Amino acid sequence: MPETLRIGCGAGFQGDRLEPALVLAERGKLDYLMLECLAERTIALAQLRRLNDPAAGYDSLLERRMTGLLPLIRRNGVRIVTNMGAANPIAGAQAIVALAKRLGLTVRVAALTGDDVLDLLDPNQTVLETGEPLSGIGPLFSANAYLGVEEMLPAMASGADIILTGRVADPSLALAPLAHEFSWTIDDTERFARGTVVGHLLECAGQLTGGYYADPGKKDVPDMARLGFPFADVDPDGNATFSKVEGTGGRINRMTATEQLLYEVTNPNAYLTPDITADFTTVEIQETGPDTIAVSGARGRKRPDTLKVSVGYHAGYIGEGEISYGGENCVARAQLAGEIVAERLRGQFQELRVDILGVTGLHTRPMSGGDFNPYEVRLRVAGRSSDRQKAALIGEEVETLWTNGPAGGGGARKSTQEQIGIVSCLLARDKVKPQVTVFET
Amino acid sequence: MKKKLYDLAHARAGDKGNTTILSLIAYKAEDFALLRDRVTPEAVKKHFAGIIKGDVVRYELPGLGALQFVGQDALGGGVTTSLAIDVHGKSLSAALLEMEIEA
Repeated sequence: MPETLRIGCGAGFQGDRLEPALVLAERGKLDYLMLECLAERTIALAQLRRLNDPAAGYDSLLERRMTGLLPLIRRNGVRIVTNMGAANPIAGAQAIVALAKRLGLTVRVAALTGDDVLDLLDPNQTVLETGEPLSGIGPLFSANAYLGVEEMLPAMASGADIILTGRVADPSLALAPLAHEFSWTIDDTERFARGTVVGHLLECAGQLTGGYYADPGKKDVPDMARLGFPFADVDPDGNATFSKVEGTGGRINRMTATEQLLYEVTNPNAYLTPDITADFTTVEIQETGPDTIAVSGARGRKRPDTLKVSVGYHAGYIGEGEISYGGENCVARAQLAGEIVAERLRGQFQELRVDILGVTGLHTRPMSGGDFNPYEVRLRVAGRSSDRQKAALIGEEVETLWTNGPAGGGGARKSTQEQIGIVSCLLARDKVKPQVTVFET
Repeated sequence: MKKKLYDLAHARAGDKGNTTILSLIAYKAEDFALLRDRVTPEAVKKHFAGIIKGDVVRYELPGLGALQFVGQDALGGGVTTSLAIDVHGKSLSAALLEMEIEA
């Protein structure tokens, strides 16, 4: 058993920067590299791609990320754990093997499947967000259960260089290697809770090292253009020290870590994953050196009996249009422009959102007192329709403001996009049949 | 005297479906008690009138100098179908820090 295990996180969302993972794999002295690339909507979009092409559906950046990483992980003995398999881990694993052959490398990839549970759902079961039955929300096309460590362990034990999953809980990408290497058992709630904190702090990558944090003059972060991603040194009890590769940009301190610990946590007393019910309220964070923190103290209780399932449905199309106004009286001209578009589209959309970006776009109004007199503003109009052509009307009407609206309207843009809705439901754990398939060069 | 939360604390926003999660963290440990007294769930609900349409629940984390606010029905129906420009409500942390309290 290793004395400590070093896990780095090289991606915190699907479109994340490529370089920090390369830095970690090259100079991070890692044992494991996790890549978290699968938001709720990302996997639904991947399912749509797979419906159009049975060989597609894995992460669209998989080959680009792996082209740089494969030589480094083979040379330095780093194992990758990633959910970049998305809607098609089997095809993703085959793509990695094909890529390795082209690069003249050997590789062993374990694909974990079984998270696709669309066929297992009951139309009468309850949607968590609305309390309505699943059958009432619209045409369903994807359903993926959040698998956890128990389902991942056989893949960890396969000896693969890369463990490629579909939907698993984000923190499980770190907890699975910890449980595997330190032989933690599923009922070891204390260590599972601590390992889940490690995964949760790492899972958004740059959000632990100063990304989504910096505020110039107030919360300064050095060299953000080269923001480095974090790694954790974890001991066999789950206590961890976090830092980043020397020479990279960014900052890790108590403040960045506290923000990330609480990020998206709907109940700090009971953070639910497939692996654990974790209590974050007892976590302690100490600065132990430059860009170095020690984290301990999480408590755990029994994991939930059910798995959460993320369900994708067709939610129609969103149409948007934007146009800018500047100088004296620009807010009034943008307002007039918005009124004109709303009048022309009256009765055609259930909801039409009309915003003056610069004044109302983010928060519907300035959130504090004082005069706001922006030099330039941008009108944005958005609405939804089940019909693509109809949704497109919104952008078209905004564009006509060039010659049919207030003075000085510039920079009109229009777009129409398919909308994918996501809701959640629960599934009994024993309904899921996880399977590991190993591919090698 | 009125003080902006911006001067006392930092914040981060997260989302789950149609729920916004706002973390408020005191810069100085000694300011935590003041934040706990003044930044009540009711005050936050009022500050976000028209934005957070459902309940606001608050969790206290004194060891971390932090308050966690969970606001229901806050993201225009949810990240995936909202008509807002900031569908995740990622900028709502800045909106929280605009709040003023007696200090």
